[in-house]
Amino acid sequence: MFPFNFEWIWDAGHLVFHGGLWYALSIMGLGVTYCIVKALVDTAKGKGAHHH
Amino acid sequence: MDTALIPEGVKRCPAWQFILWIGLVGVVLLWGVYAMLLCWIKGLNQTNMNNAYGFALWIWADLAIIALGGGAFFTGLLKYIMGKDQLKNIINYAVLIGFICYSSALLILAIDIGQPLRGWFIFWHANVHSMLTEVAFCLTCYFGVLCIEYLPLVLENRQVDRVPFFHNLTHNMHEIMAVFAATGAFLSFFHQGSLGGVAGVLFARPFGYRTGVLVWPWTFFLFTWSAAACGPCFTIFITKLTEKIVRKKLVQDNVIELLAKIAGWMLATYVIAKIFDTAYWAFVTAPSKGFTVSDFYTGNPGSIYGYWILVMEIVVCGVLPAAILITDKGRKTQATLWLAVILAAVGVCLNRWVMVLQVLAVPVLTFESWATYFPSWQEIATTILPVAYGVILISLSYRYLPVFPQEKELNPMVSPHTPEGRAEPQASPASPEPALSPAES
Repeated sequence: MFPFNFEWIWDAGHLVFHGGLWYALSIMGLGVTYCIVKALVDTAKGKGAHHH
Repeated sequence: MDTALIPEGVKRCPAWQFILWIGLVGVVLLWGVYAMLLCWIKGLNQTNMNNAYGFALWIWADLAIIALGGGAFFTGLLKYIMGKDQLKNIINYAVLIGFICYSSALLILAIDIGQPLRGWFIFWHANVHSMLTEVAFCLTCYFGVLCIEYLPLVLENRQVDRVPFFHNLTHNMHEIMAVFAATGAFLSFFHQGSLGGVAGVLFARPFGYRTGVLVWPWTFFLFTWSAAACGPCFTIFITKLTEKIVRKKLVQDNVIELLAKIAGWMLATYVIAKIFDTAYWAFVTAPSKGFTVSDFYTGNPGSIYGYWILVMEIVVCGVLPAAILITDKGRKTQATLWLAVILAAVGVCLNRWVMVLQVLAVPVLTFESWATYFPSWQEIATTILPVAYGVILISLSYRYLPVFPQEKELNPMVSPHTPEGRAEPQASPASPEPALSPAES
């Protein structure tokens, strides 16, 4: 649920629950995105191509 | 047939033997899938749940496997945050076990909610006053963390790792794994706790109700504590069981002993807290609601619950394994180590049973009697389903992924064409593959 949904209420319960949810999802999303982007850059630079 | 996919320098059984094994376990899996489809197509009338048992076998299984899967978050916390680097030799397996436990828990929940197509309602139309909402949020997010933690292991498969992008991705994910492990520990603390909180806030059910701190009943902390104590015990148990099945040493004893020692102290402190909690509940909380302890354990015709279950949970499956694991001799003796980790795992399952099913069995009004319940075959089959799924995923991971970093070192392979003409000394009876392919040697 987002603050722009009609069910949203600006109270502690919604802030804590959904704040925690989006905080965790953000860390996971940003972390994975960082890994993928860095892997793409590394691959483009030819890193890891001759590890075998 | 699949030699090219098997990690280098290790031996696995022949493909036909592996396929036969997967096929046998697959039959059990299909039985569970059939029962699952019955529940989805025909509805929850396929179960023996009733007005007294809205929570039943599935919810117990959920809570139990979530506690047993606690080894993943706690081992991750010890390794990545507390710097217990030795545990790198068992962390992959802990993550795999956690992944199986949490995916199974979500699968069971998908059956239990009756209409899985509405599963997303709990996120979008969340009841922010419910402990179960917190559980749903954290459980789903933590499963995401486990997927992220399991993914590098999959990408380390010999053939996948040849692709430079996947190799780089694995490397990058390992580099920031501490961030994911910390997130996982944060999420686990809250969902393990909230599962305990569900029983603890039931003020109309004095058997489960507990006092606590602010909005958190003591059961909140006890559930997290017990998962952190018994989860690693389950990881050790599955590791030892795998070693027995494949007849190979996969993890060095010092790694197992370190994890067992930490789990032992966690279990010992948990049991002390649990004894205090039980005593306070028995002599203060329950009497304040008009009950005596004997009301919960005696005079219950048709019910199996008696004082034995309390003794079994706290003494036999709590004090005893803790006493074994905190002693050096207890950890180093294989028989007592086996006994301790099995008892600890049984103990946490028993605790979840008591907090889910016995809570619902105890009458709360004077005209009520003890409620009885026996699960239908569909409930039993869908509860066994995750076990079969787990066995298959462990088998596939063990065969194709480098799950145990010490396996090669502990089971060195000697070429059959040595000058002395001797055969491989470590060739296991379960791994009768005669020789290595050129790629393996």
